[in-house]
Amino acid sequence: MSGHSNYEPKTGFERWLDTRLPIIRFANDTIVDFPTPKNLNYWWTFGGILAVMLGIQIVTGIVLAMHYVPHVDHAFASVERIMRDVNYGWLIRYMHANGASMFFLAVYIHMFRGLYYGSYKAPREVLWLLGCVIYFLMIITAFMGYVLPWGQMSFHGAVVITNLVGALPVVGPSITTWLWGGFAVDDPTLNRFFSLHYLLPFMIAGVVGLHIWALHVPGNNNPTGVNVKSKEDTVPFHPYYTVKDGFAISVFLIMYASFVFFNPNALGDAVNYVPANPLVTPAHIVPEWYLLPFYAILRAVPDKLMGVLLMGGAIAMLFVLPWLDTSKVRSMRYRPTAKLYFFIFVVACLVLGFCGGKLPDDFVIPGLTTFQLLDADLNSMVWLSRVAAVYYFAYFLVVLPVLGLTETPLPQPESISEPVLKHPANAPAGAAASPEKRG
Amino acid sequence: MLRKGIALAALGLALLGGQALAATTEEEPKAVSWSFQGPLGKFDQGQLQRGYKVYREVCSACHAMDLMSLRNLGQKGGPFYDPEYPNPNDNPYVKSIAKDYQYDDIDSETGDVVKRPGTAADRFPNPFPNEPAARASNGGALPPDLSDMAKAREGGPAYIYSLLTGYEEPPKGLTVPAGKHYNPYMPGDVGSGWTGDHKSVPVGGFIAMPPPLAPDKVTFDDGTKSTVDQQAKDVSAFLAWAAEPKMEERKSFGLAAMIYLLIFSGLLWFSYKRIWRNIGH
Repeated sequence: MSGHSNYEPKTGFERWLDTRLPIIRFANDTIVDFPTPKNLNYWWTFGGILAVMLGIQIVTGIVLAMHYVPHVDHAFASVERIMRDVNYGWLIRYMHANGASMFFLAVYIHMFRGLYYGSYKAPREVLWLLGCVIYFLMIITAFMGYVLPWGQMSFHGAVVITNLVGALPVVGPSITTWLWGGFAVDDPTLNRFFSLHYLLPFMIAGVVGLHIWALHVPGNNNPTGVNVKSKEDTVPFHPYYTVKDGFAISVFLIMYASFVFFNPNALGDAVNYVPANPLVTPAHIVPEWYLLPFYAILRAVPDKLMGVLLMGGAIAMLFVLPWLDTSKVRSMRYRPTAKLYFFIFVVACLVLGFCGGKLPDDFVIPGLTTFQLLDADLNSMVWLSRVAAVYYFAYFLVVLPVLGLTETPLPQPESISEPVLKHPANAPAGAAASPEKRG
Repeated sequence: MLRKGIALAALGLALLGGQALAATTEEEPKAVSWSFQGPLGKFDQGQLQRGYKVYREVCSACHAMDLMSLRNLGQKGGPFYDPEYPNPNDNPYVKSIAKDYQYDDIDSETGDVVKRPGTAADRFPNPFPNEPAARASNGGALPPDLSDMAKAREGGPAYIYSLLTGYEEPPKGLTVPAGKHYNPYMPGDVGSGWTGDHKSVPVGGFIAMPPPLAPDKVTFDDGTKSTVDQQAKDVSAFLAWAAEPKMEERKSFGLAAMIYLLIFSGLLWFSYKRIWRNIGH
């Protein structure tokens, strides 16, 4: 799909530039002419939404950095001064803080879409891997950004997470000291986190460039998972997908704005409006909602090192996924059994997120004491997160490898156009029940 | 001392994995109806003025508001905002409040420490020169800064109102430590003072602050009856304003942004339908 260019320079200047730096040709081939499957549904609009969110985060972040003071004595007050005295500082800061949540919401939908439609399978493995790298960089960036306001949760969150590295045998404590820049989370830690928080988004932007490059070689996957066969199957990116993505972005912005303007602190923790105090530990240390599933996995394991390894392993699963799934059928529309396991996987992730926000010993069913199993009551968050964590790993390590060999997929359409042309009577059964029909 | 604290905190967290934490409990805040709730809610200026008076005459004896400047009182949306004085530093009411306070300063000629009357640009005066002084005057407890209080606690202003009006006699079997008071809305764990059934430990915690409000403790200039309930409600509203002084600007900006985005989305939807009308998909 890439390689052949339909661009014809029209003016003398364009011809002159095209033989020197074919940048207009490049733009034309990537965002105007680019042949895109015509059956993409709204789940495919989150790529564009993510690009917009990255832009918003970088722009608001640069302005915030003009007013922020990375010093333990001044950081909290400088953020408050942004909120109180900088013109529209409240807007910029609330956009940035809620923007992080929206960014993660969009990336999770984007990732689940990739999982459901098999977008990680050949020939898109590198595209998927680059996406995993972006996600990993996002986690690091978000964590460091959360430390910067230097509230109670910022500080104690930084203490918990940096101490995790200390669980590594032999080298752990040295690495922790090196990360801190001293013997505790203190001014040097805050300074380097600020520096890295400013650097990493540009690395993300760079990998996003590679991600889009890797997308444009094989082209988009699509809800049927069937390869593009002819020109019949595609439409030019512009105006067809610029307008569709534009609409989705605008709707997403409405949801984003409803948080920024009317509920700006709903997704944050109240304790972070208390300045950091190393001598007072908050009763309940929790990360932001988007990291809760990993926090639940960490706490599900009684051993600290194993917990850290499993938490890392949960992300590592995504990196090796293209080689774990043995099925040649991309879209789960034609894999009814896999579809069932996929939806249980989504529930398992949500359950992990739910458990991550509770104390390990909290009851799942309030007030019901069952029996002690190993270290905790069976009716406790820690056991619920263990069950969900086991399913999380089993989905990657057992379900996907085995299912591809044992299941009988439904017949796939000959081409993208086929189910459209024969619609609706002859469409495959899986398509009728699928949630993506909204498109 | 700082490092030791961090080390202790880290140790506590390292143990957190499988350990049960002491159960912190508190009563859900009372349901209060505020003029500033909802997407269009605004502060009631009369209430903010009463609330400021409660803060000034009662709370400010112990509680600082370090993030607030006196000029904030006269800025748009503030308790003493007057459209005649768009610059709050010119606001005569704010200037007269400022003059009532004396601030330490350095004489620029001699370098001596001198006292001068406050200006609108000065911060709210802190009742104590430093933290040890604050603790020494309050039985070892540190009265928290109130600038952000209305968003630094779950429940926000409703929590403050509930706490101020929620003092009650401790249940039978609960020993309250000397210098402390029982309050069901205070997050805490009173298990150590409880002699009853360990499964029905009273909800709430011990608080060092004695019940601060009393009927007619503050005289409201607008003739509002000065009950404890009224004082608590007004000071909670004042603290909600202090925590989010730009809330009204935020909501009105938000309304315009929402209308814009809705129209924009509508236009994009119809463009989408029109552009795709001949494409089967």
